[in-house]
Amino acid sequence: MNLYYTDLITNSPLLTLTATGLLLILIESTKSTRTRLTFGVGIVGLAVTGVLACFHLTPEQSTFNGMMNAGGYGSYFTIIFVLAAILTFLLSRSYLERMGNNKGEYYILIVFATVGMMLMASANDLIIVFLGIELMSICLYILVGFFRVKDRSNESSIKYFLLGAFATGFLLYGIALVYGTSGSTNLTVIARSFPTVSSNTMFIIGVALMVVAFSFKVAAVPFHMWAPDVYEGAPTPVTGFMATGAKAAAFAVFVVVFDRTLGFSGGKLNLVIAMIAAASMILGNVLAIAQTNVKRMLAYSSIAHAGYMLSGVAAANTEGQSGVLFYLIAYLFMNLGAFGIVGIMEGEDEKNLSIDDYAGLSTQRPVLAMLMAVFMFSLAGVPPFGGFFGKYYVFLAAVKANMTWLAVVGVLTSLVSAYYYLRLVVLMYFRDGKADVPMKPSFAAMVAVCVSALLILQLGLYPSAVVQLVQSFH
Amino acid sequence: MLRNYLPIIMMMAVAALFGVVMGKINEFIGPKRPSEEKQSTYESGMEPIRTARERFSVKFYMVAMLFIVFDIEVVFLYPWAVSYKHLGVAGFATMFVFIAILLIGYFYVWKKGALEWD
Repeated sequence: MNLYYTDLITNSPLLTLTATGLLLILIESTKSTRTRLTFGVGIVGLAVTGVLACFHLTPEQSTFNGMMNAGGYGSYFTIIFVLAAILTFLLSRSYLERMGNNKGEYYILIVFATVGMMLMASANDLIIVFLGIELMSICLYILVGFFRVKDRSNESSIKYFLLGAFATGFLLYGIALVYGTSGSTNLTVIARSFPTVSSNTMFIIGVALMVVAFSFKVAAVPFHMWAPDVYEGAPTPVTGFMATGAKAAAFAVFVVVFDRTLGFSGGKLNLVIAMIAAASMILGNVLAIAQTNVKRMLAYSSIAHAGYMLSGVAAANTEGQSGVLFYLIAYLFMNLGAFGIVGIMEGEDEKNLSIDDYAGLSTQRPVLAMLMAVFMFSLAGVPPFGGFFGKYYVFLAAVKANMTWLAVVGVLTSLVSAYYYLRLVVLMYFRDGKADVPMKPSFAAMVAVCVSALLILQLGLYPSAVVQLVQSFH
Repeated sequence: MLRNYLPIIMMMAVAALFGVVMGKINEFIGPKRPSEEKQSTYESGMEPIRTARERFSVKFYMVAMLFIVFDIEVVFLYPWAVSYKHLGVAGFATMFVFIAILLIGYFYVWKKGALEWD
């Protein structure tokens, strides 16, 4: 057994964040009454991790005896996760104080969930994938039920936990079958033996079970049932974190396992993924129209967006991969921003969560209304914002992979989605109402949503920098 | 190949025999002073017959959870201790980090008062 010091250096973002989490536990056990120190150290640790990841965007290399890939692809995802965690930190503080449940453990769990996500994105072995998924999911189960005196929070936590445990079972069984047929859990070895085992029924069943588990994690139809209830019951910043960070992590694994390792060229499984994508786009967008609760509406919208991104995965070409990577960073800002504003608006006892509560917001809080409009336009895929280019790249990939029908479904359902996104904008600007925001939004939360909106604009106006970056990960 | 299992089968036979013999010896030569308490079903010191719909204190779960964490630590410690010389400094460093992480968890549990019964 050897210890490779270079491995420790190339994996420094992961190690830094793990050390930060452990430090936060020590802080929390000594100073249990104040959360300011936990919050501050957490933000600093996340920022340092992000900066280290920026330095490791160079081509990836195999580390820890081929168990993990460091740099490149993994570092790009690390930046996404760290940004999601920092924005969630900023949005959470005032929210938790308002709800009277500001505990330090919340921030520790967010940090450890981020560590799990990073493990998933840099995994080169199915065991590491499993480890990362579990670390992320267990933290999220607790975060979802963080308001433990609220029935709804409890309900969504237990629901998420039970269904998530089933999904884990599917994943493990799939990994076992893939291991049994290909002889290894290492993705490089599986990729090498893929030509010989790809016609083996056991291998196909194993891969199909893994599709089930990952589809559950990204909330794609028909494994989406948990999403609306869990998204509604969880604390709003946690919902935002799940919908962006956890989804990005699951997509990181999706792309690694299905596009980079197996690369189903001509196989039947990318047709299956394409059907899952089409079903998610149709069902998510159509059901979102019927929702009256903002969080439920955004939950169904998140199912639909999983569908858009899955069409990039199903395309299984380089355009699809870079399309998904670009989409994820745009989706991070627009969705976390939208959930941020929902969190700012939300009052105690689940007040201000109905769509009608947003009526006339533009006269009461013009800045909030304008930012929300930016996020809604971007989610709908209107050109000057980042969401447009995300959709453009994944649909382009689908067309290039001879799946024009998938791109057609995507464009048509995007039109449907414009209805419910723009309905909120219409309510905010053209209806009279008594939208009452509980209090002045905190400085940190405002910084988070403003930065998100600016970056959405940046991604929409100058997408080339990020596009060039994601195209270099092949 | 199956002959390799012979010692195990012998061990099982000896174990079964030992159990039966000891039980029987006890039955024959042990003193018998029955009372109502002794004759009742033993249920870990609890009332054997009562309603099953009862709420347990969350304290039991805490103990069970902490037990599992530190039990698994020991499971990892044994193979490490056996192959300690073979693993060398790298193995020592890895195990040191592992135990340090658990120690931080232990410290947290302790300070949060999860080890106090009342």
